Amino acid sequence: MGYLRFIWAGMWRKKSRAFLTILSLICAFLLFGLLQALSVLFTAGADFAGTSRLISQSRVSFTDSLPIRLLPEIEQIAGVKDVNHDQWFGGVLGENTQMFTFASDPARLRRVYPEWVMTDAEWKAFENTRTGAIVGRLLADKYGWKVGDKLPLKSNIFPQKDGSMAWSFDIVGIFDGKDATWQAQTQSVYINWAYFDEANQFGRGTAGVYAIVLDDPDRANEVAQAIDARFQNSPNETKTQSEKDFNKGFFAQIGDIGLIVNLILIAVFFTILILTGNTMAQAVRERIPELAVLKTLGFSNGTVTALVLAESVFLCFLGGLIGMVLASIMIGGMAQAVPFFAAVRTDGTVWTRALLAMLGLALAVGLPPALRAGRIRIVDALAGR
Amino acid sequence: MSDALVQIRDITKHYSRGKQKVEVLHGLSIDIPKGDFVALMGPSGSGKTTLLNLIGGLDQPSGGAITIDGKRIDKLSSGDLARWRAGNVGFVFQFYNLLPVLTAERNVELPLLLTKMSGAERLKRANVALEIVGLKDRARHKPRELSGGQEQRVAIARALVSDPTLLVCDEPTGDLDRKTADEILTLLQRLNREHGKTIVMVTHDPKAAEYAKRTLQLDKGSLLDSGAVSDASHA
Repeated sequence: MGYLRFIWAGMWRKKSRAFLTILSLICAFLLFGLLQALSVLFTAGADFAGTSRLISQSRVSFTDSLPIRLLPEIEQIAGVKDVNHDQWFGGVLGENTQMFTFASDPARLRRVYPEWVMTDAEWKAFENTRTGAIVGRLLADKYGWKVGDKLPLKSNIFPQKDGSMAWSFDIVGIFDGKDATWQAQTQSVYINWAYFDEANQFGRGTAGVYAIVLDDPDRANEVAQAIDARFQNSPNETKTQSEKDFNKGFFAQIGDIGLIVNLILIAVFFTILILTGNTMAQAVRERIPELAVLKTLGFSNGTVTALVLAESVFLCFLGGLIGMVLASIMIGGMAQAVPFFAAVRTDGTVWTRALLAMLGLALAVGLPPALRAGRIRIVDALAGR
Repeated sequence: MSDALVQIRDITKHYSRGKQKVEVLHGLSIDIPKGDFVALMGPSGSGKTTLLNLIGGLDQPSGGAITIDGKRIDKLSSGDLARWRAGNVGFVFQFYNLLPVLTAERNVELPLLLTKMSGAERLKRANVALEIVGLKDRARHKPRELSGGQEQRVAIARALVSDPTLLVCDEPTGDLDRKTADEILTLLQRLNREHGKTIVMVTHDPKAAEYAKRTLQLDKGSLLDSGAVSDASHA
């Protein structure tokens, strides 16, 4: 029996208590893994965006459209190299499957978003097919779509001229991302803006946002100010920001994910801290005579302290690692089942944070009883004082 | 200089209770030769256990000197004293103090964790110790699966496993019935006679003291007399 076996045996001294504590640690780290991975998704959504693009939206809200007539005016502004316009379509597949669908100008989309990769023939087909739609690779793989298929989508915003919310598009291309990060984002649908603009019952000539490519990314701030100044005091005031900030703002619309995640984790870890701390304190308290015996046998104060601390480390790492492995398995399953979660993974960052959390927790709950164990006076402990 | 294994000179021990200083031992001097089997007797509060704790290096005297096998243990730091205990003294307690989560052989193996022995060597020695106390067949049993007498035998095996010269026993039969107590005392006597272990045993029980070679009577922290070598009634 080495020290490890001795520590292991000590940890299971009260089996049901140890089991319940480990179970709660598993739950805490399962939650930690899931939330941290999701948090990475949202952060990645902001980070992957290029810094050389600006997004111009209505000053009121990005749900408020801007007129398409602003397009040539924006193009005129010094420092603007190219402009695309996107309109959020609000696409729904089947009964209730949300599709990230945008009405966009095919030629401009290709120029402004070179990160989307398709063959020339597919881009051409998109330009030339009024009911054409291009879909991301992940979506196509998930639903088994191929070029030539019909894509029936409902819009939860825009009816057709006959009042029907049901639209039908022809898949003319399947786009990939330029690299692994962008490939993970190929979960959207683009439809031809010209067709959408003509066929929808609501106002024509609108764009949700403008995506602007700059001549010089270092002048982003200056160009953004120039665009907003151009439309100041007009009926269509704009708010122009970097694509990264825009994405962050978009996610902020559905809540500050980071704050929510952190608050949940703080609550979870506070509870776990108290629970595991109590377990460790109780385990040491009821074992004081045994610890005194160890000292009697010649174990030094430092060794006894280390043994108790090691028990806490074992406990936290056992529960934590099982929780994280379960989180990884669940996230792997989610990523396969739902394309939106394709970019979510318990990567090195999440694992590093988890391991640090396990170590921090182990020290926080283990150190006080371990130090107490190290300070036990043999004669007092053996006499029950 | 005396060639006693345990040489105690003018030791005092006091405790502080609030502002009050309570002196438990008043300048005791004792010699215990190698191979001796000494019973420490006396009424409650006479200082028997305190003296035993000092001999075993579990506590430090307030004054005086304790030399064991030529080493002044009253001068050792807490860490050095722990190392000294590991190699030189075996302890047997009234309530056995076995670790309930470990089997008998793992309990016996415990003191050897502090050595550089391999796992196999440790287990081998633990089983030899269990064999000496007649419990080899119970090596894989946990303390709750053993009787009181068997638990005490395991505790004795644990005290023996690192082959110390000195065994200190604090009321080793205090929690056992007469028959079992006799078995344990016979075992201690055998360890003293056949294995040459020097034993210092605290007891309230005059029958238990009869197994020792001599008895030291303590009262109010002072030595009353040093008994002669006991008769051969339990030989």
